[in-house]
Amino acid sequence: MLDKMILGRYVPVDSTVHKLDPRSKLLLVFLFVCIIFLANNLVTYGLVGLFTLLLLMLSKIPIRFLYNGLKPILFLIVFTFILHILFTKEGELLYKLGWLEIYDGGLRQGLFISLRFTFLILVTSLLTLTTNPISITDGMETLLHPFKKWKLPVHELSLMMSIALRFIPTLMEETDKIMKAQMARGVDFTSGPLKERIKAIIPLLVPLFVSAFKRAEELAIAMEARGYRGGEGRTKYRQLKWQTADTLLMLSLVVLTIFLVLLRS
Amino acid sequence: MAKKLVSLENIVFKYEGQTRNAVDHVSFDIYEGEWLALVGHNGSGKSTLAKLLNGLQFPQEGSILVNGTELTEETVWEARSKIGMVFQNPDNQFVGATVQDDVAFGLENAGIPLPEMVKRVQNALNKVKMGSFLNQEPHHLSGGQKQRVAIAGVIALQPDLIILDEATSMLDPRGREEVLETVRELKEENLLTVISITHDLEEAAKADRMIVMNEGKLYRQGIPTDIFQMEGELIELGLDIPFSVKLSKEFKEHGIGLVKSHLTEEELVRELCELHSKM
Repeated sequence: MLDKMILGRYVPVDSTVHKLDPRSKLLLVFLFVCIIFLANNLVTYGLVGLFTLLLLMLSKIPIRFLYNGLKPILFLIVFTFILHILFTKEGELLYKLGWLEIYDGGLRQGLFISLRFTFLILVTSLLTLTTNPISITDGMETLLHPFKKWKLPVHELSLMMSIALRFIPTLMEETDKIMKAQMARGVDFTSGPLKERIKAIIPLLVPLFVSAFKRAEELAIAMEARGYRGGEGRTKYRQLKWQTADTLLMLSLVVLTIFLVLLRS
Repeated sequence: MAKKLVSLENIVFKYEGQTRNAVDHVSFDIYEGEWLALVGHNGSGKSTLAKLLNGLQFPQEGSILVNGTELTEETVWEARSKIGMVFQNPDNQFVGATVQDDVAFGLENAGIPLPEMVKRVQNALNKVKMGSFLNQEPHHLSGGQKQRVAIAGVIALQPDLIILDEATSMLDPRGREEVLETVRELKEENLLTVISITHDLEEAAKADRMIVMNEGKLYRQGIPTDIFQMEGELIELGLDIPFSVKLSKEFKEHGIGLVKSHLTEEELVRELCELHSKM
């Protein structure tokens, strides 16, 4: 159950987007978040929407997964939309019923903001849906490499992240085991008032922490025994390949940006 | 006699804050190509010895020579490239996200160039019969498979000596047999030297030589047949002797005409069969 929550994000399908270099996908998300603020009229929003739709179609991700990504913020999207309709009083009056006044500016603003949210969420979740966490880590390590000059421990950070990812299932299993062991001793995790339930977590967390620290120590010893001594002089087994498709993706982003700048009002 | 690979001279080691020496004036040699079993009950100093051999700890007195070079802070990385270690818990030594990443971890540390690395990873995994699991994640593997991956990680670095620090103690009987069989095959093929630290005496019985540790001291060393002669003493040390050895002794005491002593079930069964056909 818990396993699915975190790791179920990645959907292994064979598609063009899956095959892209994690670096280009990371850059895409970063740049997309910036340029989406250029859109401010129907045409530009349409363009951004088209771009998003195209990416989604190329990724072959089933709509169900995309919807799951949107679900948590669906409320926020609807809420901002309604707020704008009610309180933005610009442009022509479209509709009036008692105190309720809907202006065309409010409608437009509400629509745009909700669209912006939707596109942002779709594109960012596309990254995690089409790239496995380890590749994201690799991509980040290479992209952050220039920051090494400013003493950013890039190699250590990415190693930490990949070890953390590798240990998630192990610790999940452990949590499950401890939970069952404590349930066998009479701890009730599922019923009772909230305060009691929070208290019941303590006998779960304490053994989990103890064992996690023990694991960390043993892992450190094993790593040292296998000759680990920091990033100096280390070669890399995982190689990233920048392909034509990645260049095309970046070019398409540039083209999109140019159009947005030209067509925005 | 074969060449000395590692020799320990009068090693003393004490953990901080403890009064008793964990390892107390121990000296012995490890010869090239042998399988040495290090046995003893918990706290007898056998695991500490493994850490000393790999330079994870340094002795307060005495010296360790690896291929004639003394093991010090300066030479420790050199020694670690020659001595591989497999630890007890299969999960806590799996660094990589997938099988191939884990095997590559040691190679990356050694700065091996990529084409060579790819070759060695595949080779090492084939040797432990895990070649088809390249992209498997650790939580989908059994304990025995994880330990075999750990062994692949060690042999990819082409060491002279491999230390199994209770590497089979957390595995089920099948996993244990898988791992030991793998190590045995590798040893035959590559003339690898193996030190297995264990309290499974069935495992130790198959070694070329045994060292019994007790309270940090070297209690006895010799070939398994001789060691198992001191049945009562071993039990006093908190060790048990293998079932086949016990049974064979009982047979002899009851006047059944067995001549040899038997370390494994097969040997015992064979002589019993021969005996039976003679009668």
